Amino acid sequence: MKYLEEFQDPELARGLLEDIRATVTRPWALMEVCGGQTHTIIRHAIDQLLPEGVELIHGPGCPVCVTPLEVIDKALEIASRPGVIFCSFGDMLRVPGTGRDLFRVRSEGGDVRVVYSPLDALRIARENPDREVVFFGIGFETTAPPNAMAVYQARRHGVRNFSMLVSHVRVPPAIEAIMTSPDCRVQGFLAAGHVCSVMGIGEYPELAARHRVPIVVTGFEPLDILEGIRRTVKQLERGEHTVENAYPRAVRSEGNPAARVMLEDVFEVTDRAWRGIGTIPLSGWRLSPRYREHDAEHRFDVVDIATLEPAECRSGEVLQGLLKPHECEVFGTTCTPRTPLGATMVSSEGACAAYYLYRRLGSPATRLEANPVG
Amino acid sequence: MASIQAPDELDFAGWTCPLPLRDHPRVVMGHGGGGALSAELVEHVFIPAFGGEVLADLGDSAVLTLGDARLAFSTDSYVVRPLFFPGGSIGDLAVNGTVNDLAMSGARAAYLSCGFILEEGVETEVVGRVAKALGNAARTADVQVVTGDTKVVEAGHGDDIYINTSGIGLIPRGVDIRPQRAAPGDVVIVSGEIGLHGIAIMSVREGLEFGVEIASDCAALGGLVQAMLDVTPDIHVLRDPTRGGLAASLHEIATAAGVGVRIEERAVPVPPQVANACAILGLDPLYVANEGKLVAFVPREEADAVLAVMRAHPLGAGAAVIGECVAEHPGMVVARTGFGGTRVVDLPLGEQLPRIC
Repeated sequence: MKYLEEFQDPELARGLLEDIRATVTRPWALMEVCGGQTHTIIRHAIDQLLPEGVELIHGPGCPVCVTPLEVIDKALEIASRPGVIFCSFGDMLRVPGTGRDLFRVRSEGGDVRVVYSPLDALRIARENPDREVVFFGIGFETTAPPNAMAVYQARRHGVRNFSMLVSHVRVPPAIEAIMTSPDCRVQGFLAAGHVCSVMGIGEYPELAARHRVPIVVTGFEPLDILEGIRRTVKQLERGEHTVENAYPRAVRSEGNPAARVMLEDVFEVTDRAWRGIGTIPLSGWRLSPRYREHDAEHRFDVVDIATLEPAECRSGEVLQGLLKPHECEVFGTTCTPRTPLGATMVSSEGACAAYYLYRRLGSPATRLEANPVG
Repeated sequence: MASIQAPDELDFAGWTCPLPLRDHPRVVMGHGGGGALSAELVEHVFIPAFGGEVLADLGDSAVLTLGDARLAFSTDSYVVRPLFFPGGSIGDLAVNGTVNDLAMSGARAAYLSCGFILEEGVETEVVGRVAKALGNAARTADVQVVTGDTKVVEAGHGDDIYINTSGIGLIPRGVDIRPQRAAPGDVVIVSGEIGLHGIAIMSVREGLEFGVEIASDCAALGGLVQAMLDVTPDIHVLRDPTRGGLAASLHEIATAAGVGVRIEERAVPVPPQVANACAILGLDPLYVANEGKLVAFVPREEADAVLAVMRAHPLGAGAAVIGECVAEHPGMVVARTGFGGTRVVDLPLGEQLPRIC
C-alpha cells in the first residue's frame, strides 16, 4: 500500500498549488461533499495553502452528522431492549439522541458492540440464535452495498434474528438541495469519489448542466483533493461546467454494477430527513418490502418515534458559506469544541471547530504562507 | 433510478448535529480512555475526595521525600483483552507500564507489588503463563516483585484476569523531571515509531487483518532513561505516551507547563503498517497507544547528545526530533503538516473510534 506516501508527496503538492495559484483570477467557492474529504483538508491544512479567494465550503457529507435525531432515538430505544445485541460502526456510539447516546445505553447494561462490517453483525447473529441482533445501517452510497449484502445474506440463509435499522442517504439529491436553496454560494463541487466508485457518475451530468456547476469526482488523499480543486477551478475560469473524473484509479463511469444490483434488490428510494435540514425528496434508501422481516423499525415497532430537533445552532448557514463561524452569536461562548452545539463544532473537521482553534492561534482568517517542507 | 426533484423548502438554519454528551450519570468507557473524560473524572471526583498536594500534580508517578531519599511511587491497573497479543501479554504490560511510569520521573524502578484479580473459571494454566510472563518481564526490567495479593470474583464479574501493580524507585540527586518544567526552546524527542501497541491490540481484538502482523512495542524503558540521564541530568520532561497516544501526552505537558508545543508532522516516525491500519480505520496515529516509547523535552543545547545516546540504545534506535516547545499558544499542541499548513492537535474526548467517513 504505497499509495499513502505517493499521494502525500509535498513536491507534487507544491506543483499543484502553484498551478491553482496561476489559474485563479477571481474568488471561487467550492464545496467538498464528503466528510472524509473534509477530514483530509483539515488534517493536512490544505485550506490554508490555497490562494486567497479560493474558498472551500464543507458540505453535509458526514453521515454521522446528518442522521436524524429521531433515528438515533430509535437506535437508543432498540439498544435498550432486553435480549438485543446492538451493533454499530464506532463513531455512532457517541452521537447523542434525546438526552443520551449509545455509550450511555451500554453503561446502563445494554449490549452495544462496535463492529467494522455489517457482516460481523450477521456473524454475531448466527452465533447468538437466542438473541435479537440489530445493525445500525447508516451512511451514504459507500456503506450501503455491504449493508444490503448483510440483509440479503440474512434472508438467504434464514438468519431470522438479524435486522437492520436503516437510515441511508444519497449524495445527488443533496447536491440538488444545496444548489436550489436560496443564497447558495457554491460554484463548483468536488464529488465524493467513493460514492461514485459504487454508483458511477451517471447522475451528475444533468445536475452540472442544469445548475451550470462543474462537478469533479475527487479522491481522498491530499493530492487527490488538490487535483480536484485544480480541475474545478480551471473549469470555472474557462466558464465550463462539465463532469470530470479526477479519481480514475477508483471510479469507473458505470460504477460497480454488482453493488448497484444489490442495492436495487434490497433497498428502495425514499424521502429522507437530514438532521437539521429537513426532508429532501428521494434522498435516501429504506429496506424494500421484500425484506420487511429484517427491518428493525418494524420488528421493534419504533416506526412512530418522532423527535423534534432543537434549532439553536446556525451550522446550516455555515455549511452553505452564508455565515462565518465567528459571526454566530454563540460561537466561542456557549458553543466550543468542548461543548459543541452543532455539526460544525463537534470535531476538528468542522468549520467552526477549526475556526475556533485557529482563532485561538491568532490567525482566524489569515492564511499561512504556503511553505511546504520536503 | 428515480429522477431528482428540487425540494420545496429546506431549513438549513435548523442544522444541528451530534454533540458529545459530557454529563454522564454513569461511567462510560471513555472515562478510561486517557482523554478529556478521564481527566474530568480525576479532576471532579477523585482529587476533591482525596485531597493532597502531591496527587494534584497528576504526574505518571508521585514524587515523595522520605528522609534524604526522593522516591517515585506509581500504580497502574491492567485490564487488556486479549491476555496475550503479538509482542507481549498482560503480564509484560503489568511490569513495563509501571516501570515506565516511574522512569518518567527519572527513577529506576526497584520494587513492585502485584495484585491479581481472577475470574472464577479461568484456567490455572493461563494464570501460570501470565505469571511467568510477568516474572520474566520483571527480570528483564531489573525490578523485584516483593509483595502481592490475589482475589477471585464470581464468573461473569471479571474478564479472566485483571492485574494491578504499584512500584517504587529512587530518583537520582539533581534530577527533576516533571511536565511543569517544559520551557520554550526545549526540543521534543520521541524514542521511536509510534502507534504499534494500539494497532497490535486492535488487530487481534477485532480480528482485523492488515496484511502483516503488527507486534506491540511493549518494553521497559528504565535502561534507556538511565542512559539519557548519564548524558545530562537536566532533562525537563519525560512521558510515556500510552492511552491517548502522543497527542494526549503532548497536551498534558503543554497544559501543565503553560507552554505551546509545535511538532513537524513529517518528522513523527509512523511505521507504514500503522499508517495503513489507521488509514483503513479512520484513526490518527498521534492518538494511538504506545507501550515502549517515551517523549522527552530537553534543553536545546543538550538535544544532540541526548538524541545520540538514545539512538545508540536498542529501545531508542528510531529516536527522532519531532518538534519544539514554544511560548506561543500556551496549552495547545500545533502540528505543521507535510504541506506546510498547521493544524491544532486537540485532546481526544474519550477513546478514538473508527470513523465511518
